[in-house]
Amino acid sequence: MLEIRHLSKTFAAGTVNEKAVIRDLSITFADGDYVTVIGGNGAGKSTLLNLISGALDPDDGTIFLDGKDITHLAEFERAPLLGRVFQDPTMGTAADMLIEENLALAYRRGKKRGLRWGITKLERADFREMLRILDLGLEDRLDTKVGLLSGGQRQALTLLMATLQQPKLLLLDEHTAALDPKTAIKVLALSDQIIQENSLTAVMVTHNMKDAIAHGNRIIMMNEGQVILDLAGEEKGRLTVEQLLQKFSDLSGEVFANDAALLA
Amino acid sequence: MLTIFSSLRLSALGSALPGNVSQGLIWGVMALGVFITFKLLNFADLTVDGSMATGGCTTVMLILAGVNPCWAMLAAFGAGVAAGFATGLLNTKLGIPDILSGILVQLSLYSVNLRILGGKANQAISVDRYALFISSRSTGRVIGLCLIFTAALIALMYWYFGTEQGCAIRATGCNEKMARAQGIHTEKMKVLALALSNGIVALAGGLLAQYQGFADVSMGRGSIVIGLAAVIIGEVLCKSLFRRTARFYVRMAFIALGGIIYYIVIGIVLWLRMPTNDMKLFSAAIVALFLAVPYLKQKRRPHIRKAARETEANRDA
Repeated sequence: MLEIRHLSKTFAAGTVNEKAVIRDLSITFADGDYVTVIGGNGAGKSTLLNLISGALDPDDGTIFLDGKDITHLAEFERAPLLGRVFQDPTMGTAADMLIEENLALAYRRGKKRGLRWGITKLERADFREMLRILDLGLEDRLDTKVGLLSGGQRQALTLLMATLQQPKLLLLDEHTAALDPKTAIKVLALSDQIIQENSLTAVMVTHNMKDAIAHGNRIIMMNEGQVILDLAGEEKGRLTVEQLLQKFSDLSGEVFANDAALLA
Repeated sequence: MLTIFSSLRLSALGSALPGNVSQGLIWGVMALGVFITFKLLNFADLTVDGSMATGGCTTVMLILAGVNPCWAMLAAFGAGVAAGFATGLLNTKLGIPDILSGILVQLSLYSVNLRILGGKANQAISVDRYALFISSRSTGRVIGLCLIFTAALIALMYWYFGTEQGCAIRATGCNEKMARAQGIHTEKMKVLALALSNGIVALAGGLLAQYQGFADVSMGRGSIVIGLAAVIIGEVLCKSLFRRTARFYVRMAFIALGGIIYYIVIGIVLWLRMPTNDMKLFSAAIVALFLAVPYLKQKRRPHIRKAARETEANRDA
């Protein structure tokens, strides 16, 4: 369970560029929740994920994950609890290292890294099986450098790496935004599959309203650093894009400003 | 001009070769240290100019004090590790940029090295009175021992960078954000890699001091350039011969070879009567050229595309 209490974050405080990106935000995600997050440009979606992952430090508030206060843990210290996939496909993997080395690194998330060999035979066989399930033809390319893979392949690999050690929370930060539409669909389907099979708790930021409605069991809409809409279950299932846009303008008094979302 | 060429004798070049290979092997060890920071950690570490001399000074002073050369070199390794550790802490704990951390430690090591040498700028050590590991007196022995030393070092590095910890260091150098997301303590890895790298550089310093029969407080000046030259020559050769499939130990062997090639080239240039005083300028120019090649190659491509677009546009118009 993720519990966020009164979280705040301001960028460039005390300058003319001061911007309150997260404003007194409180929300709780239950175990097994698969939450999609939408919002206009600069609504604070990615910042929220960065605060949860520890890439950013909050100014105020607390974050509890699985009953543990992680608010001020270093990024690497809370990594064992979190699986992360980034928007940029090059961000989640080490390009100069082999596919199997990347997987082996992820397999040791949260474990001590000592002077044993970095990858075992047994793991190699396991990885091959897991890659076969991805169905991207990577199972026979374990000793290929990740830098030679396509964006979609890398993103699928990152997804696998993020869930190799079961995380308490999976963070997907617009992880299909940089992919071509066909690949994006495939990676999204794979995300659903992995989340379902491992009954993970997941948060997916997306700029695509259709995706936000079609995936997950709960949807939240953010605006100016706050959650302005939070729907789950039946209510969420019945949503349409038009209704979402309408709700946005009703709640925020503005027109939904996210070019990518409107064009998608 | 003609008189210069007519006065060049091939036999002179040949007789200088063993010496060049010996020095190349020693600098190959140093280059393996630079390889760790420059290539694996992606950190331009300038500490090495200081730690190279620290290694030499420590080794010479300890041997003069009656310590066995092997123990003296182990102590030199330790001194190098301490220097790298200092750079690592300046960078990770105090937020000082890569290059500046290295420069600060390098500068401070000058004073430290003077102290190690007992306030003198250099200390001689005679192979006649002390049982040195190697000496320029017998290049055959230098080449043999340094080859064994290099092979052992490559084997050790191959093992270490294949372990979980070694993989974590490589991941940190390759993609820090990813490394942190996978729970790797990236700051610790940086300090570890810097310490290890400077330890190896100090070992090379210890070898060099014994080889030349003295330690000098400024014997490391410009060593980063020679180390980089060896790394670059090795990598270029390795890539052109093996494409992308070279095993890690092959890559390292080529870097050691890079050091030898560098010194052979230097030998040839000196044989061609190029003034010795210009050698550092020459070395720096060569390294700058090789460092620029990948950048210029990359830059050229969009240019070609742009030119193609423009010709197309002109044709349409």
